[in-house]
Amino acid sequence: MEKELIRLDNIVMHFGGTEVLNCLNLHIRDREFLTMLGPSGCGKTTTLRIIGGFVTPSSGRVLFDGVDITELPPHKREVNTVFQKYALFTHLDVFENIAFGLRLRKVGDADCKRRVGEMLELVNLRGYDNRTVSSLSGGEQQRVAIARALVLHPKVLLLDEPLGALDLKLRKEMQLELKKIQQHLGITFVYVTHDQEEALTMSDTIVVMNRGEIQQIGSPTDIYNEPKNAFVADFIGESNIIDARMEKDYVVRFAGSRFECLDAGFTENEDIDVVVRPEDVDILSPGAGQLEGIVESSIFKGVHYEMIIRTRDFSFLVQSTDNQEIGREVSLLITPDAIHCMKKSPRPHGKEGGEEDA
Amino acid sequence: MKFFKRLSYVYSVLIFLFLYAPIVVLIVYSFNSEKSRAKWGGLTLDWYRALFSNSEIMRALSTTVTIALLSSVIAVVIGTMAAVGIYNMRRRSKMAVMSLAYLPMLNADIVTGVSLLLIFSALGLRLGYFTLLLAHVTFNIPYVILSVMPKLKQLDPNLYEAAQDLGAPPATAFFRVVMPEISPGIVTGFLLAFTMSIDDFVISFFTTGSGVSTLSIMIYSMARRGIKPEINALSAIMFIVVLSLLLIINLRSANDAKRSDSRPVSAGARASSR
Repeated sequence: MEKELIRLDNIVMHFGGTEVLNCLNLHIRDREFLTMLGPSGCGKTTTLRIIGGFVTPSSGRVLFDGVDITELPPHKREVNTVFQKYALFTHLDVFENIAFGLRLRKVGDADCKRRVGEMLELVNLRGYDNRTVSSLSGGEQQRVAIARALVLHPKVLLLDEPLGALDLKLRKEMQLELKKIQQHLGITFVYVTHDQEEALTMSDTIVVMNRGEIQQIGSPTDIYNEPKNAFVADFIGESNIIDARMEKDYVVRFAGSRFECLDAGFTENEDIDVVVRPEDVDILSPGAGQLEGIVESSIFKGVHYEMIIRTRDFSFLVQSTDNQEIGREVSLLITPDAIHCMKKSPRPHGKEGGEEDA
Repeated sequence: MKFFKRLSYVYSVLIFLFLYAPIVVLIVYSFNSEKSRAKWGGLTLDWYRALFSNSEIMRALSTTVTIALLSSVIAVVIGTMAAVGIYNMRRRSKMAVMSLAYLPMLNADIVTGVSLLLIFSALGLRLGYFTLLLAHVTFNIPYVILSVMPKLKQLDPNLYEAAQDLGAPPATAFFRVVMPEISPGIVTGFLLAFTMSIDDFVISFFTTGSGVSTLSIMIYSMARRGIKPEINALSAIMFIVVLSLLLIINLRSANDAKRSDSRPVSAGARASSR
């Protein structure tokens, strides 16, 4: 991909006595859509605010295009922000909201008009020039906030959970639209969210954070298929995380049985975590698979059924398009490519932290 | 049912009669052509005419208006700055400073007046127009803080940052974004301060010197020589002015409350706390 644009170097941040970021290192490449994903209080918004210049890190450096901007105030940075609650100027109409940055830069009237017009076109708000901000719906206000930030042609756009206040349908539309805008303009987007689905849909790179530390950096498929630890596996999508023992290379023991797998490089008999995605478990008739169990519950989820199947040592979450009656005896088959082995890590606590980010 | 409805109607009329009868009498008598209060001699505007040709009263009027204007403007500047400062404090110190800022409003006027008199003489200031102005600025500031603070609390905390993000240095961000957003509060604060200044008698009485009097001081000294019909006329005018100012303030607050769906803060309720 493209060259490196922003580098965060050993960033430490504490507010009062609590450490919010613990020695964070991250680089963001030009033209990439990077999402910082994590539960509330994981430090993702603070990281964004450090890039925007609204808070200065307790220690560490922020480099932009190789230049140290750690102490540079926000109005001198080449980044613009879309804030969580839009932060539109209610005393100005839509046109003047978008033109605000241009006016500060003493851009001429004709130029101003043209550039605001382009932006209104880009976010599908043509003809909204003279509307008051308060007469707009949430989605429209969102678009004005995006246009206002993009009109200055920033190299980087920072977005702080911009879709959090919208309803589900609108949110899905805006996700696609944001991705389209980012590709059309060819600039870097740094996006903060706690919604894993949003992150998987839009990002080139996902940075999973928890408790002020980066857990994993990777593409959406990497993060989903090869989670580095139990926290990531649990936070991204549904998963079965099972205590296991690596007997030797390519052989792992869990849930009371021995399985073949594709992982190697662990010490012999090391205690590890195994992740099995619920859609990767096959349900067969009794005796045909590797583990015998009983269907405990089954819920219709639209496309598939979500079942809990209890085996002797572990209750598996399984997704399948075929429903199984509750109480029925079945057999489970877990093929080697469905098993993902990870080093043991402290058990995740992220999910119960609630969905709202402070 | 109908009976009770009528009863409650009568009750409200009685209450308003009780509250407003003295003022109505005052206003009615200001149009009485007979000098004695015992007799009604027909309608006249003579007393109002006498009022406006009385140079002493006209001087007091100009003192009242200029003091009210100057003190409110100064109080608006100081009070707005104070509100912004207090708003950005940490929660603990914010609460402490807010209570300190509001205390002077609940303080008895006579206490405020006497203490101001004390400090002015301790500083060796000659009592007159300047001390009067200082006193009015002093008691006006809390009203401005009180009106600006809720506006600051309604403000999206990211607004100031958004302006900076778009390239505004801190001062520009404040004047181009924060100020316009809180301006309704500032205007209400100004009107409230202006009203309080016109309304004040006790504090003015203690802090002014010879030769400088406001209308209320004027009325007081005239009344000591016996109530003359001019006083009725003057009081009637003052009542109307203050009433209309309060009406404007309350209408503004009501509109504002409707627009922002926040708790309506009645300026009348605030004004009556003094």
